Amino acid sequence: MSKPQITDPGLSTAETPAAADQRPATNYLRAIGAVAWKDLAAELRSRELLSAMLVFALLVILIFNFALELDVKTRTSVTAGVLWVTFAFAGTLGLNRSMAIEKDRGCLDGLLLAPVDRSAIYFGKVISNLVFMLIVEIIVLPAYSVLYNTNLFQPGLMGVILLGSVGYTAVGTLLSTMSVQARTRDVLLPILLFPVVLPILIAAVKASSGFLQGAEMTAIMPWLNLLIGYDVIFTAIAFMVFDYVVEE
Amino acid sequence: MIEVRKLVKRFGLKTVLRGMDFHVEPGEFVALIGPNGAGKTTFLRILASLARPSMGEVQIAGFQLPAQAAAVRRRLGVVSHQPLLYADLTAEENLTFYARMYGLHNIEKRIAAVLEMIGLTNRRRDLVRTYSRGMQQRLAIGRAVLHDPEVMLFDEPYTGLDQDASAMLDDVLRTVAARGRTVVMTSHDLARAEDLATRFDVLSRGVIAASATHEDLGKDNLLSFYKKALAGS
Repeated sequence: MSKPQITDPGLSTAETPAAADQRPATNYLRAIGAVAWKDLAAELRSRELLSAMLVFALLVILIFNFALELDVKTRTSVTAGVLWVTFAFAGTLGLNRSMAIEKDRGCLDGLLLAPVDRSAIYFGKVISNLVFMLIVEIIVLPAYSVLYNTNLFQPGLMGVILLGSVGYTAVGTLLSTMSVQARTRDVLLPILLFPVVLPILIAAVKASSGFLQGAEMTAIMPWLNLLIGYDVIFTAIAFMVFDYVVEE
Repeated sequence: MIEVRKLVKRFGLKTVLRGMDFHVEPGEFVALIGPNGAGKTTFLRILASLARPSMGEVQIAGFQLPAQAAAVRRRLGVVSHQPLLYADLTAEENLTFYARMYGLHNIEKRIAAVLEMIGLTNRRRDLVRTYSRGMQQRLAIGRAVLHDPEVMLFDEPYTGLDQDASAMLDDVLRTVAARGRTVVMTSHDLARAEDLATRFDVLSRGVIAASATHEDLGKDNLLSFYKKALAGS
């Protein structure tokens, strides 16, 4: 290790703070990208979060497979429910861990010290949590197809999974930021989260089931509209309240 | 540079800061000393915009808190006893992340300059989890000075550091002060505070109980001044 050489760090050539104050939009987008990049890079190294989510999700569908032993028709009707229960529980593990990493190492303060609107931190975390959830779903879907002998690769179903995951992570990221402050955070998050995401889970199960059973679009559209509406409303609410949630 | 008037901070029924007044001129190095539970960390967290005041006015570099918090944060560098670093990222990646969060330009050049200053150039590609406590604290200082802040807040920065790391931190603090930066540091290490700071404020029971410069201390040392201040509060 080299001996520290204390000299002027050469930072006096740095851009003035006033000049940086003039670019709030650029700084905001860069901060969102930075938070998402940091989470993905750290996870690529440790694989703590993804491996826990994946093992849990695969175990759940395996247990359901042996427990239910269903005929082909019943299997199709329960697929949507089994899938969303798996995604919801695996997602909770990921949300808890994602914020716990920030809190345990004091990094949340580091994030909050950044000179950007704090909703940028929220959106960055939503993006990384969504990517983790989508990776798990991409691996779970083929595994489910093989175990249950059901074709899940339908564009409509993929759209529902995307919309449902967006809503789930939008609400989950906000609530995990609240629950991480508590000592009982592991227990608290599901208790806070599931009642709030119930509409999204019901809409996602109904819309997924509709696509899997070949229902008409007129029957599926109300559920899709509910999903889109929920995503927009809760993202807007989280954008407005995140600053108050993280500040003492 | 820092102007605090009638600051009150309550946590539920507990009042931590009770109408505190505090003023720091540009370029001053203020050591904030006081017993455990006096409210030093709470006060620094309010200055850093990590906590909201219950009542009172806080102004830093002409910007009001909490209304202009983002502008204040751009002018602040904060070092606490926790390094605020990601263990699964390298030193270079941690600094790159914070540089992006601060919207900095010429990131590579600035990171190279900071790594050179804190003596971690050779270890820049190692994961932070492999660093000793002293090295992590050095990197934490590098993170805090990356955007060349006008005001630096140090909350018990010597906690857990060995002698070499503490000496290195002394040098960094002197460098920061020599560059005309305003510094507020909380510490229980009175000898270090006396050596580094230009002014000493004793925080007791949520207010500044006494304040003195080196000239005011006269023949007294900081320890006797501190004891008198606590006895009188």
